[in-house]
Amino acid sequence: MSSENKQILTTDGIPLEVSLKKAEKKNKIKAFLLVAPLLLFIIITYVFPIGDMLMRSVDDKMVTEMLPKTYKSMETWDGEELPPEEVFEAFYFDFQRLIEEEREGKLSTQLNYTKNGFKSIIKKLRRKSKSFEEGNYKEQIMAVHKRWADVEYWRAIKRRAPAYTYQKYLKGMDMYENEKGEIVNVAEDRRVHRILWLRTLEIAFFVTVFCFLMAYPIAHLLATLPMKYSNLLMICVLLPFWTSLLVRTASWMILLQQQGIVNDFFVMIGLVSDDNRIEMMFNKTGSYVAMTQILLPFMVLPLYSVMKTISPSLMRAGKSLGGTPFIAFWKVYFPLTIPGIGAGCLLVFILAIGYYITPALVGGASGTLISNQIAFHMKSTLDWSFASAMGLMLLSGVLVIYWLYNKLVGIDNIKLG
Amino acid sequence: MASKKDFVKFDKVDKSYDGKILVVKDLQLDIAEGEFITMLGPSGSGKTTCLMMLAGFETPTNGEIYLDGNAISSIPPHKRGIGMVFQNYALFPHMTVYENLAFPLRVRKIPKDEADKKIDKALSMVSLQGFAARMPGQLSGGQQQRVAVARSLVFDPQLVLMDEPLGALDKNLRESMQYEIKHIHESIGVTVVYVTHDQSEALTMSNRIAVFNDGKVQQLSSPDELYEKPVNSFVAEFIGENNTFAGEVSDISDGRCKVKLANAEILANPISVKGKGEKTTVSLRPERALINPSDKMDNIHNGKIEEVIYHGDHTRVRINLLGNPEFILKIPNSSSNLDIKLGNEIKIGWNSGDARALDPK
Repeated sequence: MSSENKQILTTDGIPLEVSLKKAEKKNKIKAFLLVAPLLLFIIITYVFPIGDMLMRSVDDKMVTEMLPKTYKSMETWDGEELPPEEVFEAFYFDFQRLIEEEREGKLSTQLNYTKNGFKSIIKKLRRKSKSFEEGNYKEQIMAVHKRWADVEYWRAIKRRAPAYTYQKYLKGMDMYENEKGEIVNVAEDRRVHRILWLRTLEIAFFVTVFCFLMAYPIAHLLATLPMKYSNLLMICVLLPFWTSLLVRTASWMILLQQQGIVNDFFVMIGLVSDDNRIEMMFNKTGSYVAMTQILLPFMVLPLYSVMKTISPSLMRAGKSLGGTPFIAFWKVYFPLTIPGIGAGCLLVFILAIGYYITPALVGGASGTLISNQIAFHMKSTLDWSFASAMGLMLLSGVLVIYWLYNKLVGIDNIKLG
Repeated sequence: MASKKDFVKFDKVDKSYDGKILVVKDLQLDIAEGEFITMLGPSGSGKTTCLMMLAGFETPTNGEIYLDGNAISSIPPHKRGIGMVFQNYALFPHMTVYENLAFPLRVRKIPKDEADKKIDKALSMVSLQGFAARMPGQLSGGQQQRVAVARSLVFDPQLVLMDEPLGALDKNLRESMQYEIKHIHESIGVTVVYVTHDQSEALTMSNRIAVFNDGKVQQLSSPDELYEKPVNSFVAEFIGENNTFAGEVSDISDGRCKVKLANAEILANPISVKGKGEKTTVSLRPERALINPSDKMDNIHNGKIEEVIYHGDHTRVRINLLGNPEFILKIPNSSSNLDIKLGNEIKIGWNSGDARALDPK
C-alpha cells in the first residue's frame, strides 16, 4: 500500500521517524544514565558470579594443564591397547616437571577422582622415577607397579583430557561416567543427592501448600475488615518481616525442642506423657513449621493485594443471583484471586526451594535441603566446582518451574500488588 | 394489573449499626406488585440500608420485612429470589456476558437449551444481541449497565432492586438508560425498588417515590404530587427548586393563613401549621411566581433584580424580595418584551394556594 511505503515528513521536510528519534534521544540517554548504576550493580553482583559459577562447574583444565605433552601425544592413541612409547615418554617429562613444582600430589588427587588407585601408584612412581634411565620409559614405568601396565588407568588419564566436563552435574544426580564412557547410576547405598533433590521439592511443595492454606483466610480477612482492625492485623503479618531470620528460627528452636514450650504444654494438658515427648525439631517437622511461618508473609501480601481489588459487591451479586455462599465463593471470588495465588505460590516455592538457614538450624539430618549440601561442599570439602554445579542445577530447576507456570497459568496473570 | 397492595411490606423496621444511632427509624412501607418505587434521599439517609435489608445483606435490628406475605428476615439472600443491580454493576469480570447471565440459571439447575432462550431474551430486551461472547471489560459503561440489568432479570424474579445503577454514567447516557429501564419495567411488569439520590431520575422513572431523610420516609407519593404538594420543608427543598420565606403565622382562616415576615406579610396555604404564633417556612416553586401579575393574584410584591442568568430556553432571575435576596424566578424566553434588567424594580405575584406554609427549618 502506498501509505505504508511513503515516508511521512515533518513540516521542515525531515522524515518523521528521524525527527522523532532526534527528539527522543536526549530522553533515552537520560533514562539510561538513571538506570546505569543499577545495571552495573546487577552485572557485577549477579551476572558475573553466575557466569563464574557456570565456568567453575564445568572447568576441568587443571589436569589438562598439568599433562600438556602427554595429552598431545595421546591424540593419535586409539585407547584399545597400551599407549606407545611416546606417550610414556611425554608422561615422564610432564611428571618430572610436576615433581619440580611439587604439584604431583594434586595430580594424584585429581586422577583419583576419576579412578581409584592412582594415589598409591603415583607416589610410587615419584620415588622410583628418580633413578630412571634415559630411554625406554614404557618398560621402566610399567615396572614401577602393575597398574601402570593396565590400559584402564591410561584410559582414565585420557578421559581427563578435555578442558571442560559435565561430571559434576552427573555427580549431582548420583550418576557417573564409567570406563566405557556410559552414564550409569552410582551404587544404591551411595545415592545421597537424589534423595536431597526430592526432599527439597517435597518440602518446598508442602510449605507452599501450608502457606496457601493459612494465608488465604488471613488475606481475605485483611482485605475485608474495616481499616482500624485490618491495619493491626497487617502489622501482625509484617512483624516477622521486621524480625531477624535468625531470631525467628531460634525462637522456633525454643518452642519446638523436646524440653520446649510446646512439648511442656502438651505434657501439661496430658496429650503426651513426660517421657514420651514429641520430636518436632531436627527433622522434617521442624523444617515444615519454621519455613511455613517464615514464608507466610510472602503468600499473604500478593493475595491481599489481589483481594483488595475485588469489590465486595461481586460476592453479593453472586448471592443475590441465587448462588449459595459456597458457590458464590467458588465461582466468583476464587477465580478472581488466582493471579494472587499464582504469585504467592511461585514466590514461596522458589524461596523455599533454595532455603538454607532455617533447615540448617532446625532441620537436622532428615530436614536438610539441597542448599545445605551446596553449603557443605563450599565450606567443608571445598569442592567449589561441585557446589557450583548443584547451584546451577537449582537455578535451572527454578527456571523450569517458572516456565511451567508461564505455560499453565501465564506470567501476565501474576499480580504482586 | 391484578396486584397485591403489599407485595413488599416493611413493618416497623429499625436498623442500627453501632447500637447508638438509628439509620432507619420505624420504617413503614408497602410496595404494590408491579410498582416502580424509588427511594430518594441524600447520602446517609438510610435508603441504601433499606435496600440491603430487603436484599438480605443486612438484617433489621427490629421489625420485619414481608415479601409476598412471608417474613424474610431469616431467609439468606440466595434463597430470596430477588434480582439486584449494583451501583458499580458487579459483573463478574472473569466471565463472558453469556456466562454472567447464565450464572443465576445454572445455580437454579435450569436445562441449557431453556437457559439459552432466556439469555437470548434478556439480551434482546436490553438490545445487546451479539455481545454474548464479550468480556465485561470489553464493554462500555452503558453496555455493562445493560448487562447488569439483563442479569438481574434473566431468572424472572418477582422483585428487582436497583442501587443507584446509573450513578457512574455520563449525563446523556444516564437519561437514555432511565427511559430504557422504565420501558423494560413497563413491558415485563416486574416490581422494581430503585435507590437514587438524583431527584430528576426519580421523577422520570417512578410510580411512587419515597423521600428519605434522617432514617425516615418524609413523604411517599407520586412524582407530581411530590413536586406540587410537598408535605414538609425538607421535601420542598430536596425536590426541585424552591423559594422560601421564614416567618410566623399571624392568622388562619378559610384555608388561608397570613404569615408575618420580618418587614412584610404574605398569604399562604397552611399545610403543617395549625394556629397563630407558629413559626413556619413558606415554600413557593419558582415557576409559580409571575412578573407583572394579573390583579387576581392575592400576593403581589415589589422586588429588585439582582442577577440575570441566561439558560437558553429560559432566563433565571434572582430578585431581592421581601428581605429574601435569593428569590428565583424562571422566565420563558418567548416573553422577550418584559423589561428584565439588572437593578430594575419589578412587580411579582403568586396565588396563596401555591405558597405552602410548612414546618420551620
